[in-house]
Amino acid sequence: MQPILEIAGLTKTYKGGFTALRNVDLSIRKGEIFALLGPNGAGKTTLIGAVCGLVRPSSGTIHAFGEDMGRHWRRLRARVGLVPQELATDMFEPVLRSVNHSRGLFGLAPNPALIEEILRALSLWDKRDAQIRTLSGGMKRRVLIAKALAHEPELLFLDEPTAGVDVELRRDMWKQIARLRERGTTVILTTHYIEEAEEMADRVGIIRKGEILMVDDKATMMKRLGRVEALISLAQPLAGLPEFLSAYPVTLIEEGAVLCYRGGEGGVAGTAEVAELTKALTRAGIDYTGIDIHESSLEDIFVNLLEGPDGPSAEAAA
Amino acid sequence: MNIFNVRSAWTIYKQELMRAFRTALQSILAPVLTTTLYFVVFGAAIGSQMSGGVDGLNYGAFIVPGLLLLTILGESTSNASFGIYMPRFTGAIYELLSAPVGVAETLVGFVGAAATKSLILAAIILLTASFCVDYSIAHPFYAFLYILLVSASFSLFGFILGIWADSFEKLTIVPMLILTPLTFLGGTFYSIDSLPEPWRAVAMANPIVYLVNGLRWTFYGSSDVPIGLSLGLTLLFLLVCVGFISWVFRTGWRLRT
Repeated sequence: MQPILEIAGLTKTYKGGFTALRNVDLSIRKGEIFALLGPNGAGKTTLIGAVCGLVRPSSGTIHAFGEDMGRHWRRLRARVGLVPQELATDMFEPVLRSVNHSRGLFGLAPNPALIEEILRALSLWDKRDAQIRTLSGGMKRRVLIAKALAHEPELLFLDEPTAGVDVELRRDMWKQIARLRERGTTVILTTHYIEEAEEMADRVGIIRKGEILMVDDKATMMKRLGRVEALISLAQPLAGLPEFLSAYPVTLIEEGAVLCYRGGEGGVAGTAEVAELTKALTRAGIDYTGIDIHESSLEDIFVNLLEGPDGPSAEAAA
Repeated sequence: MNIFNVRSAWTIYKQELMRAFRTALQSILAPVLTTTLYFVVFGAAIGSQMSGGVDGLNYGAFIVPGLLLLTILGESTSNASFGIYMPRFTGAIYELLSAPVGVAETLVGFVGAAATKSLILAAIILLTASFCVDYSIAHPFYAFLYILLVSASFSLFGFILGIWADSFEKLTIVPMLILTPLTFLGGTFYSIDSLPEPWRAVAMANPIVYLVNGLRWTFYGSSDVPIGLSLGLTLLFLLVCVGFISWVFRTGWRLRT
């Protein structure tokens, strides 16, 4: 199937010489929720800006819906929506007028029924006549989402949609985004909340210093890079590792009182190996009093990737 | 491919006009009051002391076109500059830049609204002036067209100013420190012909002289400079502004990073 968005060799170098994006290649599938993860300053917002027309790329191509964004910007932008990171809108406008304005800006005829549906879905209908400046932070963010949805985009960018939003509202927004996917909208969201990507995304891309480090299905990524850590509390401390344990990725910690297993790329293989290990311990007559087993979360994978050979940790040590 | 979206342009135009009416006290009443005070002080009070008048006109009538222009230049520039500067300042410009909107819709929306507001102001000012001074308009249709042309030109200029400015100070510095003094010295209150040389030659280097005299011609059928020259220079200014804004949109200067 043709990707809904295809970015090839995208580079953005600002006037001062700072390169925000380095030769980025990215392909987004129709109907998916794609999470772009990265620390602050990684290039997430620049990447979105380049697609949406806010940033002028230095080189590279962007194709949306199979057509060149640079050449057919007018036709293609009409099908793309953007919710920015900052709460940027005319705060003195009432909610309803502001959302209607967004629809009109995209050249569409008024559609009161649709706008009502959007506002109701975002729990904003009761606030339709309120000036945006009088709303809470979470509501303001929802107004921006409503504005981005007013022209019924097929591809929606959400730049840090839940930044500064409380836990309850964040979960509420996740539901909204899931509903968008059900309606066939492709969603690309940037976040630095790993939990958000883990909860919602079909695929995850990790960006650091303007480079895409990895793009994969969330499940595949966790299977490929996930690890298992098991802490086996021994009934009697061991002075050293017995020979039969050399086949396992284990170490003794806490003065021999705990056997630590770290390994098993991909969660399933890891837990099976821990089961093997416990059987081997029993066979060898080594008693244990407890097992604390932990599978890598997306966050662990994210941190490991970012702290790779060129990561912040390595830089700090250098 | 659709190259001009009427609905997009109308949406921007409507929004900008609403913004003006939302701040009606500041954007409509204040300039009308200021200009009316000029008519009362210079036209009715001081003008009544000047028995000879200027260029065969009573002084109150003589200053009407210049004072009208003073307001139009300032308001057109300020309105259009604030119109585009504010979304740049707050970040709300993202919506315009990510929409399928080109330079034509943007200009019709922002500049059209600023020019419309200037026309409304001009109408109110002319009406209030009629209570203070005795004036007539020899060529009402040409006067309307000329006011429209000047409003549009200086709204375009204001739009450029709003894109160039990166602070509120820069936004206000041009109308306050350049346009207003040039208009005062541009023959609003006196006839350029009455100046001795070399001051007359110096005055002719002031572009506002041609604007004031162009409008004065539409009011009274005569002026210090030929109407063709005034019209030609105003049109040239408008075209230069349109050209510059087209370049801004093509290159993204100050709009897109």
